Amino acid sequence: MAISLKRKNRKPKNAASARQWAITLTIVALGIWAFFTYLFDKTPDAVQAWFQVWLPPSTLNESLVWVICALGLNIVVGYAGLLDLGFVAFWAFGGYAAGWFMSGFFNQVNIHFGSMSAKTIPGIHLSFWLVMIIAALIAGFFGIIIGAPTLRLKSDYLALVTLGFGEIIPQVFTNGENIGGFNLSNGTKGISPVDAIGVFGKRLGPFDLGWKFLIYFFLAACMVFVSLRIRGGRLGRAWLAIREDELAASMMGVPLMRTKLTAYAVGAFSGGIGGAVYATHVNGIFAERFNFSISIILLAMVVLGGMGNVWGVIVGALLMAWINATGLPAIGDTFNNTFHTEINFPSYNFLLFGGILVLMMLYKRDGLLPEARLKMISHENDDEASNTGGH
Amino acid sequence: MANISYKARQARRVIIERTFGLAILALMSFWLIANLFKAPSQFAEVALIGLSNGILYALIALGYTLVYGIIELINFAHGDLFMLGGLFSAHFISLWFHQTKSSPMGWLVFFLALISVMAFCAGVNVFIERFAYRRLRRAPKLAPLITAVGVSFMIQFVGLRWNGSGQKTWNSVLPSGRVLLGSIKLPYTTLISFAVTIPILAALTFIVTKTRQGKAMRATAQDQDASRLMGINVNRTIAFTFGLGGALAGVAGLLFQQTRGLTSYNLGYQLGLIAFTSAVLGGIGNLQGAVLGAILIGLIQGLNDGLPIGLGQQWSQTVVFSILILLMVFKPAGLLGKQVTEKV
Repeated sequence: MAISLKRKNRKPKNAASARQWAITLTIVALGIWAFFTYLFDKTPDAVQAWFQVWLPPSTLNESLVWVICALGLNIVVGYAGLLDLGFVAFWAFGGYAAGWFMSGFFNQVNIHFGSMSAKTIPGIHLSFWLVMIIAALIAGFFGIIIGAPTLRLKSDYLALVTLGFGEIIPQVFTNGENIGGFNLSNGTKGISPVDAIGVFGKRLGPFDLGWKFLIYFFLAACMVFVSLRIRGGRLGRAWLAIREDELAASMMGVPLMRTKLTAYAVGAFSGGIGGAVYATHVNGIFAERFNFSISIILLAMVVLGGMGNVWGVIVGALLMAWINATGLPAIGDTFNNTFHTEINFPSYNFLLFGGILVLMMLYKRDGLLPEARLKMISHENDDEASNTGGH
Repeated sequence: MANISYKARQARRVIIERTFGLAILALMSFWLIANLFKAPSQFAEVALIGLSNGILYALIALGYTLVYGIIELINFAHGDLFMLGGLFSAHFISLWFHQTKSSPMGWLVFFLALISVMAFCAGVNVFIERFAYRRLRRAPKLAPLITAVGVSFMIQFVGLRWNGSGQKTWNSVLPSGRVLLGSIKLPYTTLISFAVTIPILAALTFIVTKTRQGKAMRATAQDQDASRLMGINVNRTIAFTFGLGGALAGVAGLLFQQTRGLTSYNLGYQLGLIAFTSAVLGGIGNLQGAVLGAILIGLIQGLNDGLPIGLGQQWSQTVVFSILILLMVFKPAGLLGKQVTEKV
């Protein structure tokens, strides 16, 4: 309570800063969209080539997918302080929801609803927006299923269980060609293609990256809005209380299980959306892409940006997604061409992500854009004389 | 009134959990018996394979349990240390000492490799503890955990550089024959694994229960501040524990590399998870528990992979992690662990 009294006058400033961030990001996004949709073809070839190397539109879209998922993980790790190492499971659920409900995969049936694809193609073809909701609900449902029995465990056990969950689900999908004679996931072959997104009576093909960018941006903006609004409300404050001191929170009447479970479900929910969006981005669902490194990259994004701070997480996610998709290969090519070396830069991503996690934890535990609240908490023990003992 | 209904609810939950737990156990015994009747000789062979996997897991699981017991950290990087141990021994035996077949010289080099790999992995683990975890002793719990994940990735990178991105196969210096025990064929490598592991486990038990250093370890695990007041050098004790765990992981790496003849940079991640599951199954922090859990997990995995009525190898991971999750739900303290109430 002392904190809130002391910082009473800070609140309007935070709200104003949130508005500034939101407006700036929206303007930047619209600018990028306008540039790539209308101006790109008119620019000189050299500029186009530069963009193809350093900032291709597909990378922009992909990084928005990462932003959506990282914001979801931020709710679990950053807000509620639960370490989730199996986020890829929700990503997979979202992806397969898109595969099931907006492609010709289940060709035994012929269901069309709000989709722009031809009525004669068999399979379940639902509208993109409907699939988003279904994917989120499926992932959220499994989030609750896995969370309900495990969330009463201590935090480090929870990390392990989620890790196990993140291993099981992709394996189920990889082996899912024949589950009791039923083809659930098409195994390693994956499901491809996924229906085009229909918007304003227009079908977005694989090259309509500008429009897809706008749609993905809209979804990411929804996630930002949800994150910020929940954080300010009763539930969000309960999450923060649990993160900071579980015992004190429960003494103050916060129902631990239910509150943690909601955090887990909301995180899973956005993981589902992210997975479905990713499926439309790569136009398919491929079982071997759902591996542990996705969970780790997402965690690194949240840690790098600043756990609990939405804007920090966005910056972290954009930065790491860019490095992963474009930055490392592009820097590597430039470096190799300049110095005539043969260094395989993309193979350094293990070192990079591991190094980011370790160095951030050792030297800048609060991330690039730290959340003011967390900053106080995470250094609360630093002044104590000894640097060992206790926990 | 409220108290009574709370107690009744608690009792009902315990009953429900017990019933579920017993049902799962019954189902498993039924599965085992069905298999035993269907293919008895295959059962014994598969069980032996499972057992020899199990003792490998035990060596790794002990490292997890030692570290968790003393500083309550799940050392995610421990599995990767095992991988590094395997790589080191492969290079030591095959490339540095040029031993590719079973001969007295090869066995000597195997023995040398055993000692060097223990020293190497212990050194690496102490190094990691010194520079990564020690600074985070007072930090919130999430911080060392995330650091461990990061360290794991960095070790995997070292493995990737050292070994290449694919799987590498190596020749073993261990004899490849089999000894007949009735109708069961027992490979020499399994015997050697036992011959190496059992003295090491005995030595570990001796160190932990009988020596001064072991006493210091147990004291530090109970209460760091009180141990410091008693004149125990807590930092050195924790470093020693990491070294001990690292040495065990090194032995596991050597045995794995020599019995399977392969190395791969991502091996540690998978086996590390399995070993951790074993440590949890036995009750984390409990040394006997880790060995028991590892042997059980090895057996279950071996039986599932090799028996006629089973899910088969492609579901191996799923089976192991389902055990982990079920265990967490029904008996978080593990088989031999004591349920402790968390003190504030």
